[in-house]
Amino acid sequence: MFTKNVNSSMKSNYSNRYAYSNRNLWSGFLFGLGFVAFIDETVFHQLLHWHHFYDRSTTSIGLISDGLFHAFSWLATVGALFMVGDLKRRSAWWYMRWQGGVLIGAGGFNLYDGIIQHKLMRIHQIRYNVDILPYDLVWNIAAAIILIIGIIITIHIQNKLKRELHAHA
Amino acid sequence: MHNHISLETGDSIQHIGELILSTPFILALVSYFVSIFISIRRERPWPLYRTVFWTIGVFCCLTAVAGPLADRAHMDFTVHMAGHLLLGMLGPLLMVLGAPMTLILRALSVQQARKLTRILRSKALGVISNPIITSILNVGGLWILYSTDLFFMMHENIFLHVIVHIHVFLAGYFFTASLIYIDPIAHRTSFLFRSIVLVLALAGHGILSKYIYAYPPNGVPESQAQSGAMLMYYGGDMIDLVLIIILCFQWFKATKPRVTVSPLSV
Repeated sequence: MFTKNVNSSMKSNYSNRYAYSNRNLWSGFLFGLGFVAFIDETVFHQLLHWHHFYDRSTTSIGLISDGLFHAFSWLATVGALFMVGDLKRRSAWWYMRWQGGVLIGAGGFNLYDGIIQHKLMRIHQIRYNVDILPYDLVWNIAAAIILIIGIIITIHIQNKLKRELHAHA
Repeated sequence: MHNHISLETGDSIQHIGELILSTPFILALVSYFVSIFISIRRERPWPLYRTVFWTIGVFCCLTAVAGPLADRAHMDFTVHMAGHLLLGMLGPLLMVLGAPMTLILRALSVQQARKLTRILRSKALGVISNPIITSILNVGGLWILYSTDLFFMMHENIFLHVIVHIHVFLAGYFFTASLIYIDPIAHRTSFLFRSIVLVLALAGHGILSKYIYAYPPNGVPESQAQSGAMLMYYGGDMIDLVLIIILCFQWFKATKPRVTVSPLSV
């Protein structure tokens, strides 16, 4: 870690980007996960009141999963933003690499929330007293699309990274 | 929630409890200011913001153990939960930010300070400053309080009442001190380890809130349990968010890239 920063001003920014490419991806992934959980809480619980705080049909594993992800999402959001600050001060910030991670984290967590937590663990439904099927479809298909775009961006950047490293080797 | 046999004797017992619980906090405030006075006389100024944190922290705890809020907490579970947030979370956090150990070490003579450091380095303090131990004492203690009959018994027995409140404060204080290092701590653990333990403890707190919502403690009406549980959940979130921000900020400072001027390149 020490040697990576020596002479950083003399080389191009890109060498630091490459050295910290994984931190960019992880920071994005954590931010995506945390941010989606935050939107879920603000929009669907507090503003729309669609989601319920507790649902009588919740399984105990659902309660535990919900508790763990809720707690983790706070650390993920805050930690990811401090990681962005860290990448910037190392001149290692790589927006597209980070954005790929954000979409994977956001889509992946929403898909987990929509299928495992809502349907299998029954922590709560998207909305009550309505025909739930269209809501579930929109929720999960949107999540899958976000996840796929994230994976495509990440693979694209990954290939670019490999080419660049080969060129410099 | 509970029936006094005689309103007057009940009241006086309650006041004795309030007195026992508030005395240590008043002493803590007085000793802090005496220490500042000694420190300043030795020409070592003490930051104002630490003093402000400590003072507000002590008042948070005092509000929870004595006075109108403490009185109403006996009748209303939501108020009890507000008291719990003040005594077990916000008060301890602010008091930890007051850095009392640093201040005391400045105020003591060199020999006395050495003795205190030896105590701080002892094995016993290593155990009590391990985040896993403090999390179990803190969140585990709350699970026992709210998922058994202890909560009901606490309102019938003044001795239990005092013990539970002392435990809630001490567990909250050691929990906070073991996660964010403000004072000098001999037994340190890594940021990753503390982050994982903090998430697990926060999850345990959130799950307990929903458990209380679903299964109110003995003697608590359902509507009060529900609003109390939500206060515990979201109030706990806000205070833990502050803990998370401080922990991440400390990581950010600690991993600052070292700017080196190599002697060879000069």
